[in-house]
Amino acid sequence: MSNTVKIFLVLIGLALVVPFVPGLIYPVFVMKVMCYGLFACAFNLLLGFTGLVSFAHAAFLGSAGYVTGALMIRFGNHPLGMPAAFAAGVAAAALVGLAIGGLAIRRRGIYFAMITLALSQIVYFLAVQFRWTGGEDGLQGIPRGSLFGLDLTSDTVMYYVTLALFAAGFLFVDRVVHSPFGQILQAVRDNEARATSLGYDTDRFKLLAFVISAAMAGYAGAMKALVFQLVSLNDVSLHTSTEVVLMTLLGGVGTIFGPLLGAGLVVGLQNYLATIGDLVTVVIGLIFIVCVSFFRRGIVGEFLHLRRRRAERGKTRPVLVATRTEAPAAEAA
Amino acid sequence: MDITLQAFLAQLTIGLIGGCFYALLSMGLAIIFGLLNIINFTHGAQFMMAAFLAWIGLTQIGPWLGYPDFQINFWVALVLAPLCVALFGMVIERMLLRRLYHLDHLYGLLLTFGVALVMEGAFRYTFGVSGQGYDPPEILQGPVDIGFMLLPKYRIFVVVASLLICFGTWYLFERTKLGAYLRAGTENPRLLQAFGINVPVMITLTYGFGVALAGIAGVLAAPIMQVTPLMGGNLLNIVFAVVVIGGLGSILGAMMTGLALGLIEGLTKVVYPEASTVVVFVIMALALLVRPAGLFGREA
Repeated sequence: MSNTVKIFLVLIGLALVVPFVPGLIYPVFVMKVMCYGLFACAFNLLLGFTGLVSFAHAAFLGSAGYVTGALMIRFGNHPLGMPAAFAAGVAAAALVGLAIGGLAIRRRGIYFAMITLALSQIVYFLAVQFRWTGGEDGLQGIPRGSLFGLDLTSDTVMYYVTLALFAAGFLFVDRVVHSPFGQILQAVRDNEARATSLGYDTDRFKLLAFVISAAMAGYAGAMKALVFQLVSLNDVSLHTSTEVVLMTLLGGVGTIFGPLLGAGLVVGLQNYLATIGDLVTVVIGLIFIVCVSFFRRGIVGEFLHLRRRRAERGKTRPVLVATRTEAPAAEAA
Repeated sequence: MDITLQAFLAQLTIGLIGGCFYALLSMGLAIIFGLLNIINFTHGAQFMMAAFLAWIGLTQIGPWLGYPDFQINFWVALVLAPLCVALFGMVIERMLLRRLYHLDHLYGLLLTFGVALVMEGAFRYTFGVSGQGYDPPEILQGPVDIGFMLLPKYRIFVVVASLLICFGTWYLFERTKLGAYLRAGTENPRLLQAFGINVPVMITLTYGFGVALAGIAGVLAAPIMQVTPLMGGNLLNIVFAVVVIGGLGSILGAMMTGLALGLIEGLTKVVYPEASTVVVFVIMALALLVRPAGLFGREA
């Protein structure tokens, strides 16, 4: 069993007992962390494993939330309403991702980031303009419906369904990263020209990664819409796109658990700092500056780096001895 | 459709004023990008900061100092506020940005973004989100009849001043010896350093200059837009689209694209007002389909 699976099982085990100790940790808080954690994992698939910076991820989170929410308001009573609305939300996010990604991959680097930012503004304006998105009010009182006969109105039932959805989503992202496809993405990230010279159509891989990442961000958005029964303009705003960058950066870009930890910390920080109002932005900005200036690997990345260095230090001597004994042998030959 | 020529020209004029701000801001972005290879996400916050400094100078500083009659007028603010913002920018460049030049451009982008968040948050915390009014100087108050519409004098001044600054900047960069150094720094900073130019200082000053342009735009905007902590961020999103369309490769390109898009935005207001907020983004999408490298651009 790999370390990833072990840590994952421990986390799920801990999450399973949360509803039994409401005094210790608030289940709604954990659900929020799961939604944003998955959102950050989806984002990390792009930033950490493909090397693309997107400032449009709120557009995917939000458009899935809006579609799922609007469908639930109309068809929430239908027994298949919830899974259908959920799937439609994910599909909507993937489509938006296809449109934005398709345009953005025409440029590289800094331009790519600016294009995603600009295009996500169109999604924001559409969300303000459309009537079915509720404009400035957003969608409120979204019914949770039921899943396979389970009534999701109860917070505890919703909690376990959210946990199951989260686990499935997380494992999917992990699977993508460790698949041959994921290896190609990392090759593109490390050296795009080399990947091209090896015969890979890098644009196609980048676009596919973008769409998968958008779909998973939508998956998190649909989850969030059902959990909080609310979708607002904030979900499609640049602010949310920024937060997910911060979560990923703080936890560790290109690590499996980093985004999750980052999401937990940022969501916790927001709850904790809710009383200081506008200063939250200042604190978040300062964390950005500190992370980028001194702490680029993030918390999990820094931890892994330390451990790797320690492991290498342990091995140093035997390697040296080996080269010394080999050298004369090579001369003799 | 029933559009009078008068309404058409009026919207075009208003569009031209918007275009002036796009031009000033995107030119600053292009200058900074040329030498530092960084997209300055703080640009909007620096624009906002200059507008706020001008507003503080006019309405707040007197009472703060205990002399209610003391105020820093528009003309002084037009020089002083951009200088302050530029100095602040140069401090950030020296202390923070400098450490990131050897890394992926992404980090510079994220750092300037963090700085923008801190600045916007701090101003929001101190002054709230409601807009503050700023009266233009007396000599520029009142309207002028320009044939097809009454235009406030101040707006004419903004157009003239912006075009002069744009032209001056273009001249500085393309026609002077200093400009030649700067362009050489864009091409090959190491070689330039070998010729005895102090490239690190040049980079700091260039950053300061780009930021000062944003500052001038901010002070010019104070009497037209409401002075709020959010004024820069909203504008910067559009300016990014402008920059993607025009490309960051040339100063003239950034300037022309900015002006042109302002005009197009004005036109959209005549034809289909609802779309005027997104038209720049839509044009960006179209431009990417037709000419991925940008109209004046070279691939980054």
